[in-house]
Amino acid sequence: METIFRSYDFSSAQRSDRSAGDRLRHRQKVYEAIRQNIADIIAEESIIGKDRNRIIKVPIRGVKEYRFIYGENVPGVGQGGSEEAQPGQVIGKGKEAGQDRRAGDQPGVDYYETDVTLEELIEIMFEDLQLPYLERKHLREIEVEQQYKRKGYRKKGIRVRLDKRRTARSRVKRRKATQREEIISFQSRRFPFHQDDLTYRHTVSDIRRESNAVVLCVMDTSGSMDTMKKYLARSFFFLLYQFLCTKYQNVEIVFIAHHTEAREVTEEEFFHKGESGGTFISSGYDKALEIIHQRFHPTLWNVYVFHCSDGDNFESDNPAALQAAKQIAEIANLFGYGEIKPLGSGYYGNSMIQFFSQLQADNFQTVQIQRREDIWPSFKVFLSKDRAREETVL
Amino acid sequence: MAAPYTMEELKAWNDRIVAQVEKFGLDTYPQEFEICDHEQMLSYTVYSGMPSHYPHWSYGKGYEKLKTLYDYGVSGLPYEMVINSDPCIAYLMRDNSLLLQILTMAHVYGHNDFFKNNFTFKTNRSEFTLETFKAHADRVRRYVEDPSIGLEKVERILDAAHALGLQCRRNLAIRKETPEEQQERRLEEAQPSADPFQTIHRRKEYTAPDLNRVPLYPDEDLLIFIRDHNPHFSNWEKDLLTIAHEETQYFIPQMETKIMNEGWASVWHKRILESLDLPQGMQLEFMVRHNQVLSPIPGGINPYHLGTKIWEDIETRWDQPSAEKEKDHGPRKKSGKEKVFEVREVERDSSFLRRYLTEELVRDLNLFEYQSRGGEKVVSRVADTENWREIKETLIRNVGMGTVPVIKIEDADYNSNRVLFLKHYHDGRDLQLEYAEKTMQYLHQLWGREVALETMINDKKSLLWFANDKLGIKPFH
Repeated sequence: METIFRSYDFSSAQRSDRSAGDRLRHRQKVYEAIRQNIADIIAEESIIGKDRNRIIKVPIRGVKEYRFIYGENVPGVGQGGSEEAQPGQVIGKGKEAGQDRRAGDQPGVDYYETDVTLEELIEIMFEDLQLPYLERKHLREIEVEQQYKRKGYRKKGIRVRLDKRRTARSRVKRRKATQREEIISFQSRRFPFHQDDLTYRHTVSDIRRESNAVVLCVMDTSGSMDTMKKYLARSFFFLLYQFLCTKYQNVEIVFIAHHTEAREVTEEEFFHKGESGGTFISSGYDKALEIIHQRFHPTLWNVYVFHCSDGDNFESDNPAALQAAKQIAEIANLFGYGEIKPLGSGYYGNSMIQFFSQLQADNFQTVQIQRREDIWPSFKVFLSKDRAREETVL
Repeated sequence: MAAPYTMEELKAWNDRIVAQVEKFGLDTYPQEFEICDHEQMLSYTVYSGMPSHYPHWSYGKGYEKLKTLYDYGVSGLPYEMVINSDPCIAYLMRDNSLLLQILTMAHVYGHNDFFKNNFTFKTNRSEFTLETFKAHADRVRRYVEDPSIGLEKVERILDAAHALGLQCRRNLAIRKETPEEQQERRLEEAQPSADPFQTIHRRKEYTAPDLNRVPLYPDEDLLIFIRDHNPHFSNWEKDLLTIAHEETQYFIPQMETKIMNEGWASVWHKRILESLDLPQGMQLEFMVRHNQVLSPIPGGINPYHLGTKIWEDIETRWDQPSAEKEKDHGPRKKSGKEKVFEVREVERDSSFLRRYLTEELVRDLNLFEYQSRGGEKVVSRVADTENWREIKETLIRNVGMGTVPVIKIEDADYNSNRVLFLKHYHDGRDLQLEYAEKTMQYLHQLWGREVALETMINDKKSLLWFANDKLGIKPFH
């Protein structure tokens, strides 16, 4: 009986990543699962406002391998350590914490956590949007001051662009090519540059297009906006900002908080500082217009304005608000109004959505957000306006 | 990194080990060793040691999980991986020390002997193992590449087949009856039993058995039954189910003899190494490694440890029977060695534990039973005179295929509506319902019509009914 030994083969070991295909497929399945549950994941509080490269744990379903297994009422046998085990002694965690879940009254939910970076998640989010023409969108681009870049060589050109090295080289080539003849004739003949040797650098003018976008987040910070409403608003702004970051090279973000007066605030203040008082929506819009005209002129910037409010505007301000909204709709790429009315908050005040229906503009969109789950669908609706307009452009 | 040994050294040690193997009377297949690095070892672990295996995303998942655990140092890799084939193939990790390689080789010969001789492995054609797996892999790849089938469809079937693969017959040594034989048996059983007083009794009436029932007797091979009874399957789908089924069948003996097999190999690697006259440094390393492998896992079961203890116990008891036993049973007819060689041939884990796990051992090993209460494992029984039997029973139920619920197909035409009716043979352990739901979804997918499963939930007989993409539960009488 001969025992066979096969020694380690370095080269075949390097080549033999046999599980690569299956790993890739698993990864795809994970992504598929994430995509299916994207609305839930996005509604998760923890994701909003995170840094892009941060890794987040996402609970996903659908990549577990199911089979018939026993449940919780199954005793097992273990081996004791050095000391005697006592009846009633706790020796560790069970298979699943919280076994009290009632069986059967809800579909099985099976969590499996995976790590993805926010970047990847955002990519998946926008794939889910399925905006096929968006890449070709007619962006308002600025042509940045013309620069020149080199592009190959020519035989003709102006003197300053003469490439001396290449010119000399082609002379040497030509000389080599004629050498045989040279030996026959006289030895050290002068060999001057010829017109054909001259090589010029060719340049083309380079137009770099720069696309700028500004997001103006306008939020009602009157007394009636509570934490939940602010959170919903924040999620929406976050999505909008992330989305625009994928489309434009340079995205600025401006926060405008308003109650009866509006002012520009920092992000921190915007989301965390509570204010009180009544609401004049027009004040926020006027401020937005003012900022746009001062700093982000619409010929140079793609302007996105989104306003979140609970729709509780002071009656007398409505005509002024409509007027300002019209002006914004004229200059902005997209102008949205989101009315946040969490379920159970009770219905009070007016709904501005009805009022804004008087505003006839292609790029104006109102959405109503009641729950966290609404954020993603409303976001899709919001962007669909953008798409509609772009299709007319094309 | 250069290996701390040369191939020549390994071969020399192997020759010495083989000499011991022969001296101890182990009966092995020809052995082949392959040196591999940790990446390859990870792959082999995930693909059950097979050099060629069909692709499926679950192996990718397994690999990533294992690699993560390994990279973070949570778990090490096995020192060795050995597959049941003829010749027996084992992989040795390149980075292991010389002593570990020697220990592993000796251990592998123990497994090799066990594979060749234990009865549960007789159903495997071990000389064709590699070829079979290769052929499976080639076929699955061909279906994936076939433009009329493709990955998605293949995956759909394989996902379902993986979910149901373990629902198959456990004792492969018992031949499965053909439908004709089943019919015959049905007819025979229907005959009234012979009555010694038939002259004074009224003659029992003969009722004709229902031979139209499908299946005639409850069938445990779910995949095979569905393959043969769903008329809508094309050949490639049938083939995928067959492949998944055959693969489980190949691994059942391994699952069914884990404790015996590991114990057996550990007993022999210890004896072989002790008889090798190791140099002093290696001797010390051997003791450290051996104790690492065999140390009990508090709160769990280490099959190496448990198996070794039982094997050693059998041998001592047969070599030096207690006076009491001698009185009851007369002198032992077999030596300890003869006994252990016999046991390694004719037992599987469940019978091995039932027959040879004695009260003394249960107590020595400090075994206890636990139950989960409120998400925590709580000790429910400890090894004392009243409870040791229950602990043993619980252990037996949790080894090998005991962890897989017994579910059989009872009727393929339930309610005369081609509903597939299955029954869970409840033994006090309820099914995990979330998993049951998802698994029944796969069953439904393969069967193509509604499926129903009878089981017990919290001591109530219930019927799980999968229809219209959701599971309903109703009481059942």
